[in-house]
Amino acid sequence: MTDRRRWHLPSRGLAAAGVAVLIAVLAVFPLAFTNPTVTNFGVITLIFVAVASAWNIFSGFSGYLSLGHAVFYGTGAYFLVIAAKDWNLDGTTVFWLLPLAGAVAALIAVPLGLVALRVRRHTFVVITIAFFFIAQLSASNLSVTGGSSGALAPIPNFASATYNNPFYYVAMLLAAATVVLSVLVRRSRFGLQLRAIRDDEDRAAGLGVRAMPVKLTALVLSAFITGMAGALWVYFIGQAVPQFVFDPLFDLAVVLMAFFGGLGTIAGPVLGALVLEPTQLYLNLQETNGYTSEILFGALFLLVILFLPRGVLPTAAEYANRDAVRKLALRMSPRRGQAGATDGAGPSAAPAGSEPAGTAR
Amino acid sequence: MTATLRAEGVSKAFGGLQALNGCSLTAEAGHITGLIGPNGSGKTTLFNAITGYERIDAGQVFLDDRRITGASPQRVFALGVGRTFQLTRIFPRLTVLENMLVPARRGRSSRQHRERAMELLAFTGIAGHAGALAGTLSFGQRKLLELAYVLVADPAVVLLDEPAGGVNPSLILQIADRIRELNRAGRTFLIVEHNMEFVMGLCHQVTVLDSGTVVASGPPEAVRINPRVLDAYLGTEAVDD
Repeated sequence: MTDRRRWHLPSRGLAAAGVAVLIAVLAVFPLAFTNPTVTNFGVITLIFVAVASAWNIFSGFSGYLSLGHAVFYGTGAYFLVIAAKDWNLDGTTVFWLLPLAGAVAALIAVPLGLVALRVRRHTFVVITIAFFFIAQLSASNLSVTGGSSGALAPIPNFASATYNNPFYYVAMLLAAATVVLSVLVRRSRFGLQLRAIRDDEDRAAGLGVRAMPVKLTALVLSAFITGMAGALWVYFIGQAVPQFVFDPLFDLAVVLMAFFGGLGTIAGPVLGALVLEPTQLYLNLQETNGYTSEILFGALFLLVILFLPRGVLPTAAEYANRDAVRKLALRMSPRRGQAGATDGAGPSAAPAGSEPAGTAR
Repeated sequence: MTATLRAEGVSKAFGGLQALNGCSLTAEAGHITGLIGPNGSGKTTLFNAITGYERIDAGQVFLDDRRITGASPQRVFALGVGRTFQLTRIFPRLTVLENMLVPARRGRSSRQHRERAMELLAFTGIAGHAGALAGTLSFGQRKLLELAYVLVADPAVVLLDEPAGGVNPSLILQIADRIRELNRAGRTFLIVEHNMEFVMGLCHQVTVLDSGTVVASGPPEAVRINPRVLDAYLGTEAVDD
C-alpha cells in the first residue's frame, strides 16, 4: 500500500462507494417516503445542495464571500414566472425554462461582477449586500414582477399523490450536476487559479493569473446554477413574492451551510445543506414562533465560526489523520533527514507524497 | 533564455518620504547582480517598481530594449521577469505541487507543466514535500518553493529579495549553489541581500543604494572598499590611510 493510499481518509474507493450509496438513497427516497411533507423537505433540501455548492464554486474557492447570491436566485425565479406566463407554458415543459433562467441570472452576474470584483474581501461583501437590496427593492416596485404582491407561477397538473416527485428528481439532477461541476472546477487549472487567488491574489496575478476573468467566470458559473435553483424553487412553491424571493436569510443560510460543512471543499456544502436545511424546515414546521430556527441558526453560525472555522469535514479529517501521522512519524523516525527535508525542519505534519491533513474534498 | 534589465532614473515617493531618487541600475544579461544597502535604502521599493507592484513617479524600466515601465505584475511576469519576496508569498492552502502549477504554462501541456514542476522541486530539494500543504513548510523551504515556482515559467531575469534572509547556513549554501547553476545556464539574477558573504561570493556586480540613491556600483571587491559604501553602512566618513 502506498503512502498516498494509506493517508487518504476516506480512501478514494470508500468515498466512491459512499457517493454511490448516497445517490441510491436519494433516488429511492421519494418512493420510500411518500408523505408529501417529507418529499417537500427533500425537494427544498436538494435545491439548497445545489445552491450551497454553486455558492462554494465562487466564494469557497476564491475567498470572495458573496452575500448577494439571492439576486441570482430571485432573478431565476422571476424569469420563470414571467416567461411561463408570457409563453403559456405549464406542466413538465416549464422545467425546460430552468437553463434559460440560469442564463439570465448569469447575464446579470456579468455587470455585477465587473463592478463588485474590483474590490476585495470586506468591501466586496458590502457591495454584494447593496446589490441584494437594489434587487429586492426593484422587484417590489416594478410592474413586470407584480410589485410587492408578487406573481404566480403556473400550477402543474401532476398527480396529487406524487406531486412532489418530478420536482424532487429535477432538484436531484441539478444538485448532482452542480457537485460534479464543483469537482471538475476544483481539479481544473481554473480551480487552481481560483484557490491561488483566495490565498494571495496579488501574488497570483504576479505569476500570470488573470484574476479578474477567473473570478468573473466563477461568479457567472455560480450565478447560472443559482438562477436555475431559484427558478425550480419558485415553480415548486408556486408564487414569487419579493421578500421571499429576495430573502436576506437565504444568503445567510447558504453561507452557514458552506461554513458548517467546510468552505472550499466539495462535500462540505453538500453536508451543510443536507443537515441544516431539513433541520430548519422541521423547526419551522414544529415551532409556532417563526423565528426560532433563525435564532438557533444564528447561534450555530457563531459556534461554527468560533470553534469550527474550517468546517466539520476538514476538522474531522484533521483529527482522523492526526493519529495516523503520529504512527507514521514514529515508524519513520530512524530515517529522518533523508526524505528530502533540506534544512532539518520538515513540514509540520504531512509526510512525503501524502495528501495533507485537513484537505477534505 | 537571458535578458538585460535596466532601471533608469527611477523615483518613487510615499507622501513626504522619497524612497527612490533617480535610481539607475543594470542587471547585465547572464550576470548575477547584487543590490545592497542599509535598511530603508529603497531596495525592495526598487524591486516593486521594476516588477509592477508599485507605480513609479519618474524614470523608466527596460527589459532588453522593451520598455516595461508601469506594466502590471502579470505583464512583467509574462515578459520574462520573475521575482520572490522578502517575506515569502507562497499559497499556504495549496499543496507544494499545486503552488508550482499556478504560474502560466508558457505553451506546455498540462503533463509537461507538471513534469517541469517536479523537476524544479527536485532541483531545489523539496520534491519530497510535493503533496504537503505549502503552509506546513519551514521558512527556508518556503524560500526554495518560491524560487522553484518562479522558475517554472522560465523567466529570463529572476529577482530574489533576500533569498538567504532567515534561512539556516546549510540551506543558504544550497540556495547559492542553485543560483550559480541556473546562472551558468544563462539566467540573469538581481539579488537583494543583507548577508554580505552571500552577496560578495555570488555576485558579478554589486550596486549599493542609500536613501533611494545609487552610491556605488561595480565588482564586489571594488564595492567592498568603496568609501561611500562604508559611509552608508557605518554612518561615518571613511578615513584615508
